[in-house]
Amino acid sequence: MLKQVEGSAAVAEAIALCRPQVICAYPISPQTHIVEALGRRVDAGELAPCEFINVESEFAAMSVAIGASATGARAYTATASQGLLFMAEAVYNAAGLGLPIVMTVANRAIGAPINIWNDHTDALSQRDCGWLQLFAEDNQEALDLHIQAFRLAEELSLPVMVCMDGFILTHAYERVDMPTQAQVDSYLPPYEPRQVLDPADPVSIGAMVGPEAFMEVRYLAHAKQQQALELIPAWADEFRRVFGRPSGGLVHEYRTSDADVIVVALGSVLGTIKDTVDMMRDEGLKIGVLGITCFRPWPAAAVRNSLQQAKRVVVLEKSLAVGMGGIVGNNVSASFSGSPDRVHTVIAGLGGRSITRGSLRRVFEQALADSLEPLTFLDLDRALVDRVLERERVQRRSGPIAEGILKDLGVVAAKLG
Amino acid sequence: MSYQPIRFYQTGTFTVGNRLLPEAQRSVQSGRERTNSLNSGHRACQGCGEALGARYAIDAAMAATNRQLVAANATGCLEVFSTPYPETSWQIPWIHSLFGNAAAVGTGIAAALRVQGKRDVRVVAQGGDGGTTDIGFGCLSGMFERNDDVLYICYDNEAYMNTGVQRSSATPPAARTNTTMPVGESTGARFGQGKNLPLIAMAHEIPYVATATVAELRDLEAKVRRAMEFRGARYIHVLVPCPLGWGHGSAETIKMARLAQETALFPVFEAEHGEVTNVSKLRRQLPVEDYLKPQSRFAHLFKPPGHADLIARIQALADRNVQRFGLVDAAEDAQ
Amino acid sequence: MKKPFAITLDPGSSLANHTGSWRTVRPVYVDRLPPCNDACPSGENIQGWLFHAESGDYEKAWRLLTEANPLPACMGRVCYHPCETACNRAQLDECVGVNAIERFIGDEALKHGWKFTPPAKSTGMRVLVVGAGPSGLSAAYQLARVGHTVTIREAGPLAGGMMRFGIPKYRLPREVLDAEIARIVTLGVSIELNSKVDDVLAAKREGHFDAVFLAVGAHIAKRAYLPAGSAGRMLDAVEVLRSMEGEERPLLGRRVVVYGGGNTALDVARTARRLGAEESVIVYRRTREKMPAHDAELEEALQEGVLVKWLSTIREAGESSITVEKMMLDEKGMAQPTGEFETLAADSVVLALGQDVDLSLLEGVPGLEIDGGVVKVDANMMTGHPGIFAGGDMVPGERTVTVGIGHGKLAARNIDAWLRGETWTHPPRPELASFDKLNTWYYSDAPKAQRPVLDMVRRQSTFEEVVGGFDPATAQFEARRCLSCGNCFECDNCYGVCPDNAVIKLGAGNRYAFNYDYCKGCGLCVSECPCGAIRTQPEEI
Repeated sequence: MLKQVEGSAAVAEAIALCRPQVICAYPISPQTHIVEALGRRVDAGELAPCEFINVESEFAAMSVAIGASATGARAYTATASQGLLFMAEAVYNAAGLGLPIVMTVANRAIGAPINIWNDHTDALSQRDCGWLQLFAEDNQEALDLHIQAFRLAEELSLPVMVCMDGFILTHAYERVDMPTQAQVDSYLPPYEPRQVLDPADPVSIGAMVGPEAFMEVRYLAHAKQQQALELIPAWADEFRRVFGRPSGGLVHEYRTSDADVIVVALGSVLGTIKDTVDMMRDEGLKIGVLGITCFRPWPAAAVRNSLQQAKRVVVLEKSLAVGMGGIVGNNVSASFSGSPDRVHTVIAGLGGRSITRGSLRRVFEQALADSLEPLTFLDLDRALVDRVLERERVQRRSGPIAEGILKDLGVVAAKLG
Repeated sequence: MSYQPIRFYQTGTFTVGNRLLPEAQRSVQSGRERTNSLNSGHRACQGCGEALGARYAIDAAMAATNRQLVAANATGCLEVFSTPYPETSWQIPWIHSLFGNAAAVGTGIAAALRVQGKRDVRVVAQGGDGGTTDIGFGCLSGMFERNDDVLYICYDNEAYMNTGVQRSSATPPAARTNTTMPVGESTGARFGQGKNLPLIAMAHEIPYVATATVAELRDLEAKVRRAMEFRGARYIHVLVPCPLGWGHGSAETIKMARLAQETALFPVFEAEHGEVTNVSKLRRQLPVEDYLKPQSRFAHLFKPPGHADLIARIQALADRNVQRFGLVDAAEDAQ
Repeated sequence: MKKPFAITLDPGSSLANHTGSWRTVRPVYVDRLPPCNDACPSGENIQGWLFHAESGDYEKAWRLLTEANPLPACMGRVCYHPCETACNRAQLDECVGVNAIERFIGDEALKHGWKFTPPAKSTGMRVLVVGAGPSGLSAAYQLARVGHTVTIREAGPLAGGMMRFGIPKYRLPREVLDAEIARIVTLGVSIELNSKVDDVLAAKREGHFDAVFLAVGAHIAKRAYLPAGSAGRMLDAVEVLRSMEGEERPLLGRRVVVYGGGNTALDVARTARRLGAEESVIVYRRTREKMPAHDAELEEALQEGVLVKWLSTIREAGESSITVEKMMLDEKGMAQPTGEFETLAADSVVLALGQDVDLSLLEGVPGLEIDGGVVKVDANMMTGHPGIFAGGDMVPGERTVTVGIGHGKLAARNIDAWLRGETWTHPPRPELASFDKLNTWYYSDAPKAQRPVLDMVRRQSTFEEVVGGFDPATAQFEARRCLSCGNCFECDNCYGVCPDNAVIKLGAGNRYAFNYDYCKGCGLCVSECPCGAIRTQPEEI
């Protein structure tokens, strides 16, 4: 059924269709609308049986989900940004224990400076935690991925993070095709836990593992994610059969055939990129797009396959490994056996900075012209940062960077009068 | 008292068992059919109070719930010595997640059981004093505040023993730990710091709060049994001496717990919905020196020239407990 | 369940980890000797029979008790209970009232008519016991139990010895004594009354006896030289107490003076009160602290109005008065005359200065030695003449009924061994369960139960029993005050306090065993055993 709804509402409804049994909620923007909507459904009795628990922190949210999942309940929570970092210890733990928890991350920047707007540094900070990480391009995919996420999580006995861009998707009203309960039920069987806390068959979950077996435990986690690379496309296919539309999978290619330049990206920015690419294709420029839906496990073979014939690869990412560069870019580079220098990283949209078609076109043209730097910061106010850097060269202790920038902009000075 | 002292029996009230008692009045620990929830082969130190306290409490909980019990365990000695791969000592469904989240994991388990309609399966979350009063305090307070149907048991050995004896917010004043060494001007852990978690738990107005020690098994069992009569958040704080951290002989673990109680440094009481309902009176109040002297963590108090002033301050803390909880009856009780 | 590797483990799998290898010392269960048992002259296993009494199994208690002593109803009345003096509980609150419980059990046995178990078969050996006092009865009983044929020859008209002719009725009712003696007879012991043995070797030979146990007691009153002017009534204590058993009551008059400081003096003085004496005065040369009589008996006598003239000796006895000289104690505690005199009115003077043994039957027995008026015996209770054993008041030692019973038991063991051509040796005595071995915290506070006492008027005018017995509830309460020193009473403490579940409970009556596979040797069970029945010993490498 087609609906014109806010992204959060669409996702909440899809999650409700997945019949979660325990939902833990702790408010952090921009994830709040999702859990609010779920809470209302539970309170109204529309989502039952389900326990909706208002916890005291994200750490508790993930911990409650751990307890619930280990006891055989389908558990869900949502977070973003600082919240994800606050629960980080439990995030790793859920993966280590192999608990199929599904969590929405409404992607948002990480402070300081505090910033509520969208980028991917929160989710990507957890890229090695052992969770599957799926990135939604639009609200339809966001709700579809949640349905797939429960199936994936429970089949693999691994937790899954569904990442959707904060505000850009969570707060955007779009038309979505909402599946029926029957469709979801036919795709997502009831949760059959691989291990469960049950007085009838007691086990000890969460043993201390020493050097004699820890490597093996870690290897098995890695191997399982590698298996997921094979299973994810299969389940995406099944999803298409049940729901009648393609969604999920590892990567999406867009106009890549014969492309000299392929742009790689995650999440909602793919829409803007595709628009830009369409324009450039109309002009005869050989450019295509590769959307990464599954960031963890990293689909190296699929990426390699898609990018094989491209002369240049532009990775446009909303994250920055400070002191190093691109995170996604680094992953893409690692997917090639040779010539990593044809991968260019463009850091864009940090802290919610708009990514415009004009700016994109500029860097894509540079790529086509072979003049793009290996690492570019899209729409960076170069003059401003140069001034700050210059001052810092003179005066080593020049105060917080943010304050310095504001001072340069005259804001603080104006307030101080 | 939550249990009736058995009068005029040889040892009826105090020993683990008594062949003269009717079956119904016998302790769980005296029974051959007890669960041994924490079984032999665990790697706790010799004379470990926590291993003992955990078996006492969990066996009692198993008996009270007809063996329908699930436990969440915080990181710490109890977790480390009980479940090193490839062996576990637990005979109950048990999960260890993290140091600071046992209460929240307990909440999750309880939520799952509720949604599954398993009303008869009950949840215990447990941890040491560090995992309870410090790092796990946020989750614990949240669990209390929501009145989740979890019995949280803190095994308090008054410091971080698993990491090698560092101060926690349950470390008593003047105690030597590796982070409160009596060197220079320092005289061990500072006075005026630390948390009284049972009182904090009471402030949450949860249905049931109790303290107990490994020295009085029947009292401990009665409290676990009582706790299981309530739904909602419950808290039992069990004093479990640690031969390693306290510096006493491995055979003196129970004696230390007994002395902690009899000197009034560790008041033993019960509270329901925020009000104290029962207090274990002292049999014979002893001076705090009797408790402090056998422990090397307090040895610096007795080294010449001694710290009579500090001992007096500790005695004052004990006397305050006597006043506050009414640990001594004014008139001699006929008991 | 497909469990994740290493992270999820099967329950109780730690049993594969044998932590017993950590141990440097190991606990072992022991049975230490309780102080009561240690102190009992009859060698009763007091802690043992109290254990059964605690659960109300009085017959089992009685059977264990009577392995050492066939006369519990008597001893529960007249024993001076050194067990209670030794009792560890005295250091906690008050000693356990062993004597009163013994009496309760003895009375229960009589009430229910419990009988001794007869021997499985006869040995064909014949033993002559001379004297039917406590020692003779005890020996006869023990010998009969193991199948020997025993004949007691008693010079007097009734069996019981000093229990009958020395202890007044108000302390030991005769029906109790009669019943307990009858039970020994029922076991198969024959008692020949009015059958004085004048020549022990002849009696042995003529009766074809294989061995003899002599227990004739000490019935001859010691005399003191008293210048007696026109001598009023001068009697001896043995004579007075003995005549109480006959038809004729002794005539003592209104004012009676008893001379001496032993229990017999008190018995006479108290008897005199009951016979109507307005004044019954004991004259004793030393102080109360030095008095050999038991304080409890003195206390009862004083309650009944008996007076005591301390630090006094009789210098002269006249028609109706005596002259006493005041004494003082020197630095050695000996009474020394002061030269100060006093006159007391006295219708009669009873001498209670101790008793001697009639040794006439031993004349001409080769090898038999007599020293200081008593018969010398070796550690096995045998005289210098092979096959002739002796005990009770006629051999050196304290002269109490309890000691006599102990002698009888010990002699019987030795006679039995001797008859089989063996030598009996005392089994090794375990370590004493002294107070420091206990963890007394575990014992509930419980004051000693008191026995009912006859009202004063009747104590001064009748020979009814002064001290009553326990009712069943009180008896059980008192039995349960026993600390069970040194002997496991199955309190489950070791089973409970072991942090490693390394104690195996074997079930009621079977105690416990250590599982050394897991015992880490922490010692908690040792320090928390209330009764000191566990010891640590170094682990052998």
